[in-house]
Amino acid sequence: MKSAVIVFPGSNCDRDAHDAIEKVTGHKPAMVWHQDSDLPEGTEFVMVPGGFSYGDYLRCGSMASRSAIMPAIVAHAATGAPVLGVCNGFQILTESGLLPGALMRNAGLKFVCEKAPLTVENANTQFTSRYEAGAQLLVPIAHHDGNYFADPDTLDRIEGEGQVVFRYGRNPNGSARDIAGITNEQGNVMGMMPHPERAVDMGHGGTDGLALFESLLGSA
Amino acid sequence: MTQYAEGITAEIVKEHGINDAEYAVILDRLGRAPNLVELGIFSVMWSEHCSYKSSRAHLGKLPTSGAKVIQGPGENAGVIDIGDGQACIFKMESHNHPSFIEPYQGAATGVGGILRDVFTMGARPVALMNALRFGAPDHKKTRQLVSGVVAGIGGYGNCVGVPTVGGETNFHAGYNGNILVNAMAVGLAEADNIFYARGAEPGQPIVYVGSKTGRDGIHGATMASAEFDDQSEEKRPTVQVGDPFVEKKLIEACLELMATDAIAAIQDMGAAGLTSSSVEMADKGGIGIALDMDKVPQREANMTTYEMMLSESQERMLVIMKPGREDVAYEIFRKWELDVAVIGETTDTGRMVLTHKGETVCDIPVAPLADDAPKYERPYFAPEVRAQLNAKDVAQPDHMGEVLLRIMSSSDMASKAWIWKQYDRHVMADTTASSEDPSDAAIVRVHGTKKALAITTDCTPRYCFANPFEGGKQAVAEAWRNLTATGADPIAITDCLNFGNPEREEIMGQFVGCIEGMAQACATLDFPVVSGNVSLYNETNGVAIPPTPAIGGVGLIPDMAKRAHFGGMREGDILLVVGETEGALGASVYLKVIEGREDGGAPLVDLDVEKANGDFVRGQIRAGRLSACHDLSDGGLACAAADMALASDMGIKLAHEGNVPMHGYLFGEDQGRYLLAAAKEDAIAILQDAKADDIPVHVVGLAGGKAVTVNGAHPLELDRLRAAWEGWMPGLMEQLVEAAE
Repeated sequence: MKSAVIVFPGSNCDRDAHDAIEKVTGHKPAMVWHQDSDLPEGTEFVMVPGGFSYGDYLRCGSMASRSAIMPAIVAHAATGAPVLGVCNGFQILTESGLLPGALMRNAGLKFVCEKAPLTVENANTQFTSRYEAGAQLLVPIAHHDGNYFADPDTLDRIEGEGQVVFRYGRNPNGSARDIAGITNEQGNVMGMMPHPERAVDMGHGGTDGLALFESLLGSA
Repeated sequence: MTQYAEGITAEIVKEHGINDAEYAVILDRLGRAPNLVELGIFSVMWSEHCSYKSSRAHLGKLPTSGAKVIQGPGENAGVIDIGDGQACIFKMESHNHPSFIEPYQGAATGVGGILRDVFTMGARPVALMNALRFGAPDHKKTRQLVSGVVAGIGGYGNCVGVPTVGGETNFHAGYNGNILVNAMAVGLAEADNIFYARGAEPGQPIVYVGSKTGRDGIHGATMASAEFDDQSEEKRPTVQVGDPFVEKKLIEACLELMATDAIAAIQDMGAAGLTSSSVEMADKGGIGIALDMDKVPQREANMTTYEMMLSESQERMLVIMKPGREDVAYEIFRKWELDVAVIGETTDTGRMVLTHKGETVCDIPVAPLADDAPKYERPYFAPEVRAQLNAKDVAQPDHMGEVLLRIMSSSDMASKAWIWKQYDRHVMADTTASSEDPSDAAIVRVHGTKKALAITTDCTPRYCFANPFEGGKQAVAEAWRNLTATGADPIAITDCLNFGNPEREEIMGQFVGCIEGMAQACATLDFPVVSGNVSLYNETNGVAIPPTPAIGGVGLIPDMAKRAHFGGMREGDILLVVGETEGALGASVYLKVIEGREDGGAPLVDLDVEKANGDFVRGQIRAGRLSACHDLSDGGLACAAADMALASDMGIKLAHEGNVPMHGYLFGEDQGRYLLAAAKEDAIAILQDAKADDIPVHVVGLAGGKAVTVNGAHPLELDRLRAAWEGWMPGLMEQLVEAAE
């Protein structure tokens, strides 16, 4: 599977994303600079990594969502190809309109870093097919603005359509309906606050993120 | 010769912290009176913070070399060899004064500054640590300072993408007026691609990169070299403001530039900014420098040379490049949207010449700024060493479980999760053990290898106050012990020496005592000092902090498969203590929490025993015999057992016999000890080895149940212990605001 990781100024999980993808797929992903306007030829999977793109100035993910590479990512998503945004990547995907809702400041008003218990709500996506539905995972979170918000109609709709993919077992940030990760309507764009790339080998203290990348490889 | 240049008065000289004798040296070296710019430059270069004028005479006592030391003190950070052509670069530094005045920015820029010290040398930073000391929990400023400092450390480290993996936090009334914020950064580099401040030659371009220069932080180094009084908060304008986003870009850009072979010398602009960075590179190269101040990127209009030279604006670096390679820097720094400008060149004059708007505004020799910096043999007297306390003279409590509960939920021992949950501990995906894990040191993998760094910060100010010499020894020994307890080979330390006013003989005595104790421990344990920082004048209205020589220790785990932590105890495991227990309750946590006393002598460290016991434990870890291993320190055996029980979610049945009173046995802080858990057959093998090696190892209990008990009595249920241990800090920080006054 040919992958690309997008690098913005302030991205800081780009290397972690690179290593996790390489570990699972056996191929090094291309590291794509935010000022490029095209994805490398033949790219299948795009990952928008975590970090503090543009220093979180203005609003998390807002400036990155207007960068030169974004039209290419939007066009790539429109073909039905997989796009994953983790943490700041999730914020960028909501800011760019690829995913519904928004990420607000954590309810506790503090940065929170912990290993978060998650439930797999939908194992029938190309990101989660290697998990069992209802599986309990432990995946690290580390964010200041992970409080997922959408209006009640939108929440009802995404829950009804199976777009809620992960829920927190213990809500760390005030997210509406404990939502930790969602997809778009077509199911090919996913955003999540937890970091699956930080749970892919035993040195991380757990490997619950591994199946996510394996699911993608399996569906490619 | 006129005594003062036009516009300069005796009062102005005094405000620059320069005394009469020092001013006379300036007059002599210049052959004339200095102007304001020159006076400002001498002032910061000769400040305590930059010149170490009170401490240099004693710092030389510390061992700084060893088989694995590539670079000792004197450069931006220390460098050690970790094999396979790789090097580890690290340093710890204080940001105490700024953090008290403006906690968020003070702590944040402390992190930013120490990161720059490490990546300036070519290392990618891979871990941050900190050592924090706050005032009494119920002091009216404490909660605000804790909130601000923790948010500042997290705000900077999280954004810049370097994991904050560990540290220590104490609360004590001795820090009510002077908190300590000591930050440590650790990086990895290729051993053959390390960058130094030395190496510049005449005729090379001087390139300024990073943020623009503003008026923030002017005279920060001078502020850090004076005592506080009630007006200190008015010094807020001298605290710098950090931007971790710029720092992140600066790290990437510098590492990219360092891969090009275009750099002759490089130095970050830390304390005293442009002045100290340019003077240090010129001095180390034995050359001169000429700067055109009009070319310095400026954030504000109408800045004077004085302001530009003394500004401590953050996220700036000065690079001396190989001639003709400036374009390389321009290309890289423009890609990262950072300022870059050639602001001058190196010369063969040995002088620092600054021009601004067509006029020469400074023309002074470089050498005196560094070489003639004052060096004081401050008078001192050795503080009285407090007498040892016999446990038999301390009242015995009735219920050890209830005592353990109180100690484990006291400010010294309670969980600090409220703090470390605000730090990203996992970014870079190499953190194997951080504050949340049952490990005596943080463990960070060397990327892409089976090796890992073990990192710890340690100091017990209670002991240093009771007995500076033993306290200094103990701080180094505890760092060594914590690394050993993970299975690491301890390699070297950095230090951050926080003391009061060195012009007071008693404080200078504490300083000298701690240094001499540290030196002895470093020598015996083969654990040299490779970098460090001295922070003096930590006192307010004449009240000094407890002496606090914080130690940052680094070790190497050669194979990640052979290490230990204290969370793996299994039902039926035998518990063993390595080392002898005599019940040292002097200056202990027990005495402070249960008796409300802080008297008694510090525990003594027998360094030969420390080394023998530690080497034995490391051998047992590598032999794969232990299911858990924990060093014994604050709170003694009972608290180590409680930690192990909580982390393993399993009770411990301790047994007490012999002549040592039960409270001394359980809570005494005798040094050089470890608590081990091992299956029965392994425990037997350990005891056999111990006998053969003449190492004292004693069976102290058995793993099982859901409580910590002693001789089948004194039970403390784990659920109750956990709730109290976890609850203390949230209880402190999240109580109603009106309770705080």
